[in-house]
Amino acid sequence: MVSNQQPIASSNPTPKLAIWKFTSCDGCQLSLLDCEDELLSLAAQVDIAYFLEASSEVKEGPFDISLVEGSITTPSDEERILEVRRQSRFLISIGACATAGGIQALRNFADVQEFTDVVYAHPEYIATLKESTPISGRVAVDFELQGCPINKHQLLEVISAFLHRRAPQVANHSVCIDCKLRGNVCIWVAHGTPCMGPVTHAGCGAICPSYNRGCYACYGPKENPNTESLCHWWDEKLNVENTLIVENLRNFNPLAPSFKVQSEDRQEDGER
Amino acid sequence: MADRSKTIKVDYLARVEGEGALHIDYDDSGVQNVQLKIFEPPRFFEALLRGRDYLEAPDITARICGICPVAYQMSAVHAMENALNLKPGGALRMLRRLLYCGEWIESHMLHISMLHAPDFLGYPNAVAMAKDHPEIVKNALEIKKAGNALVRLIGGREVHPINVRVGGFYKVPEARELTALVAQLEMARGLTEQLVRWSAALPFPSYEWRRDNHYEFVALTHPSEYPMNEGRITSSAGLNISAQDYENHFAEEHVAHSTALHCTLRERGAYLVGPIARYNLNRDKLSPRALQLAEEINFTAPCLNPFQSILVRSLEVLHAFEEALHIIDRYQPPAEPHLKTEPRTASGCAATEAPRGLLYHRYDIDEKGKITTAKIVAPTSQNQKTIEDDLRLMLPSFMHFPEDKLQGLCERAIRNYDPCISCSTHFLQLHLNYGQAQSKQSMVTGKPGQPPAR
Ligand code: SF4
Ligand code: SF4
Ligand code: SF4
Repeated sequence: MVSNQQPIASSNPTPKLAIWKFTSCDGCQLSLLDCEDELLSLAAQVDIAYFLEASSEVKEGPFDISLVEGSITTPSDEERILEVRRQSRFLISIGACATAGGIQALRNFADVQEFTDVVYAHPEYIATLKESTPISGRVAVDFELQGCPINKHQLLEVISAFLHRRAPQVANHSVCIDCKLRGNVCIWVAHGTPCMGPVTHAGCGAICPSYNRGCYACYGPKENPNTESLCHWWDEKLNVENTLIVENLRNFNPLAPSFKVQSEDRQEDGER
Repeated sequence: MADRSKTIKVDYLARVEGEGALHIDYDDSGVQNVQLKIFEPPRFFEALLRGRDYLEAPDITARICGICPVAYQMSAVHAMENALNLKPGGALRMLRRLLYCGEWIESHMLHISMLHAPDFLGYPNAVAMAKDHPEIVKNALEIKKAGNALVRLIGGREVHPINVRVGGFYKVPEARELTALVAQLEMARGLTEQLVRWSAALPFPSYEWRRDNHYEFVALTHPSEYPMNEGRITSSAGLNISAQDYENHFAEEHVAHSTALHCTLRERGAYLVGPIARYNLNRDKLSPRALQLAEEINFTAPCLNPFQSILVRSLEVLHAFEEALHIIDRYQPPAEPHLKTEPRTASGCAATEAPRGLLYHRYDIDEKGKITTAKIVAPTSQNQKTIEDDLRLMLPSFMHFPEDKLQGLCERAIRNYDPCISCSTHFLQLHLNYGQAQSKQSMVTGKPGQPPAR
């Protein structure tokens, strides 16, 4: 995807970076500000042209790289993402909200009007869409970085890859691999703790198993996960209640296809 | 008359969390209308929590805000423990405080260095400021990094920690893991002392406009500690209640121009939560070095100048380092990482001190531990009315300023609060005012606005 483009550096001596927020918690863009050691050197290599969380200076587009956080949940989001795409040479969506709808996509399985009535005294003041949609559901995306929140080192790698016109080195394997690399004893095998690690995208460094806790899949699905088999194991061997299985498929990445389909199957099974 | 009226509009507030906008109508006779417009899209946390497991509350509510996830986690677990009648004490309680210290440090430092300090020195952002004041920015990043190291060790990672559990933690650190941080924390504490002195010397705008309109400060108060995780809800006007009583004294109002609910004290109206309120009600409980430094720079209580919130934040950072070092020094790992939790039909609530101020959670759960109702009141909705009051009171004395300067001052006044607008539990629809004619219209109909000018 990157290869047929002009090298950014030759067309523009200091590439322009923009960071856009849609419906989100700000955690993914914050990961950039959490790069305490790298922030100033990054700022020396790119022109941070648009980053409202961090700067009141706003420069004109177009932008070489746009990082997009959050999902599309309002009529205004819908319009704004088209404009962002038009202004951006490369558009990279960051985080579970931007890549898989985020926790706010739980509305997609419910009645948003009922949600609104529960939370607000005057639901009529609210303009919101029935569904929360990942960025790729609206515009073409050049790269998706998963995680809730994303890993800041992976983010720097992705930015650097796009600046240097090479493929980002972001592993597609499961959390289990990282868990083994970390030298953990498998808490599923050793203690029967339900863990989503086998189907979950690596990137966090297998934190939860290292803290004696089953992975709850905040990084979304790995490449080609066998989610059905995993759920079968949770169900048959670990005696996990169906509602808990559905909850683990439907938390921060509820629209990731392999999680969504499986959660719908499970939900139907539960209702039968 | 009509053609002499002027409008200040900041369509997109920069350097605040989340999204908001400000709309002020004024003319030569004074300020007619101030609307801080928060147009963060609704995320419906209180609705989507229903039916979820009580153990998920800290993981899900963390996602309300990437800047202060620990505050949501702490309030959630304390509310659940209140429902289940559990009281993690001893080392578990201290570890939670330590985690909260980490968040106070990193969140305050983000605000001080990246969002607020550039205002005082006339820069658009910290990167530009770093060109002329490299030491200030580099030291601030070092301090922030030490806060993040604490959160990472105890919580697993900086943003949305994974280790917070109802009843305690999934895993507790060993003493040597904590002592390994001591050198870094001590170094950062030294830098923070410099930061306090530096911020004390900043040119603070005057606050004469607040002289006759006192704030009511609201914060937790604990008999022996600077408040974080627990205490009674107290105020400068004599309020003194338990968290259980919160909803009897505080009300939320849904106004058309903002997606954040406005909170008021039923008895008296607008009030202020956050660092200044905490400091004013608890100054004597600051750690020895923080208190000594406050004396040295002649910074007494009550602090009535909202622009000095940056100074209070740096003192709180110093306090947090001292407290963290104190806890680490005495730490003995608890026998179990968490108390045993058995769900039952129950209700519970709790209030804690998020970096930006009082945060209240209430939950009802059923016999299986599924959440049936959730209520979350974030600091920003509590301060929103006070922010508008600040602007309304402040503007008349600055009307002679040129418009851009006036606008800058308004933005600064809002930034004093570090309003965390992404606390979108209560934040509804999104609209940007763009162009004169449309603005009033969109405010009334909730019609979405346009993208920022390109
Ligand atoms: S993906 Fe998670 S961390 Fe990132 S913005 Fe969404 S809720 Fe926040
Ligand atoms: S603990 Fe979880 S992530 Fe680690 S190896 Fe076992 S199943 Fe995989
Ligand atoms: S839930 Fe899974 S992916 Fe997320 S931090 Fe834990 S182990 Fe990593």
